[in-house]
Amino acid sequence: MGKVIKMEQKLIVDGKRLDGRALDQLRPIEARAGVLKNANGSAYFRIGKTIAVAGIFGPREVHPKHMEEAETAILRCKYNMASFSTTERNRPGPSRRSKEISKVMREALMPVLFLENFPKSAIDLHVEILQADASTRCAAINAASIALADAGIPMRDLIASCSVGIVEGHIVLDVAGKEDTEGDVDLPIAYYPKRDLITLLQMDGMVTKEQLKQLLELAKKGAMKIYEIQRQALKSKYMEE
Amino acid sequence: MILLNSREIIGGLNMAERELVIPGDLLGEGIAGSGTYMENGKIYASVLGLAERKDKLIFVIPLNGIYSPKTGDGVIGKIEDVAFSHWIVNINSPYFGVLPLNEAVTDFVDLTKTDLTKYFNYDDIIFAKISNVTKTKSVQLTMKDRKCRKLYGGRLIKITPAKVPRVIGKGGSMVEMIKKYTGCQIVVGQNGIVWIKGEKEDLAIEAIQCIEEKSHTTGLTDKIKEMLENGEGDKNGTKANS
Repeated sequence: MGKVIKMEQKLIVDGKRLDGRALDQLRPIEARAGVLKNANGSAYFRIGKTIAVAGIFGPREVHPKHMEEAETAILRCKYNMASFSTTERNRPGPSRRSKEISKVMREALMPVLFLENFPKSAIDLHVEILQADASTRCAAINAASIALADAGIPMRDLIASCSVGIVEGHIVLDVAGKEDTEGDVDLPIAYYPKRDLITLLQMDGMVTKEQLKQLLELAKKGAMKIYEIQRQALKSKYMEE
Repeated sequence: MILLNSREIIGGLNMAERELVIPGDLLGEGIAGSGTYMENGKIYASVLGLAERKDKLIFVIPLNGIYSPKTGDGVIGKIEDVAFSHWIVNINSPYFGVLPLNEAVTDFVDLTKTDLTKYFNYDDIIFAKISNVTKTKSVQLTMKDRKCRKLYGGRLIKITPAKVPRVIGKGGSMVEMIKKYTGCQIVVGQNGIVWIKGEKEDLAIEAIQCIEEKSHTTGLTDKIKEMLENGEGDKNGTKANS
């Protein structure tokens, strides 16, 4: 953009970021499957200070009945940020933002699901953001994907998601905290590793064609690391003993 | 496409018997059974579960999931509605079962004079067989089987439908063992509903829930046997509430 922004604090010093990470390093991640007792499948996903909990209910009967599809199941996603998830209290209830994220999340997960196995039914996915510190939609998708597998819903692959961005001219992986609000570019993706497909791509800020290529390359690398952690989370649910 | 190669190493080309697999894991080549799917001539797991191979057939036994009705399954259901000439039965699935009058009763019924609740009333629990499932998931039930009957009293518990085979055991060995130690009548529906009636209901329920929890571990029968032997003394005299 060429615009010089005056900042009190440099976000990147000597190739290190505010929280001490290298440019291509993810925040510490914790993932667990089967955390909710009453859900058919559930997951907890934490990346740095961002925490998401996902729950799957179904496949179950569709209510209201008119939403029913004769040949496939329908996937209904609900993304919600808890009112206490941000430093400034968040007004509870649906918002334009949460509706948009619910929609893109659904579209990111749909390609891997065998929804045709459960005609006339509904799979309800609820994701709650308990703590938000950038990349909440990525955390939500990661949690959702573990929860879907935990619920025993047939799927082609897991979807892994992470964000990349440009901060002070540097390409960084996993945008967090101040980098999100003060950085130049924030680009979350959801990745379908087996077919090498990107199922979600959003962006704010401006990039050149060359930068975008680099960003996507880095994002895929990050997503693959998350993919491994998701797999580990599912395995460790049954491998403890 | 380099990524795809690294995935293959993760999945492991040579599957060991009964290995825990995650959706997307490569299982090799052959005939795709349940819990798997085929892409470019290779078979991948589609559910979280234990992969098994029988000759060329590769399939995955799921560890979780809802009940999907199959023809020939014996299920335990609850009468939800009594219609003009059939009953609507809740079978613990996204789809309800329909039990037509002629599949439930052998004697002649004059519909203009008889009230169908005489045979099955709301909230009655029945053990029925699934006689047909259409592609659009209309489920037809039948009572024309030796095992099918109305279940009076007792208690119902829900287990994960994927774990029903473990509760039943090889040729019914596990459920027979629980019956022997607790003296309870036990009926296991393929849909994950278990009906238990008898003096030591609590012990039987505990044992079944234990099987559900530890179903993926080895030496399960011995663990349950030990549990039933130990639990025998102190569970005496527990009142059954039906």
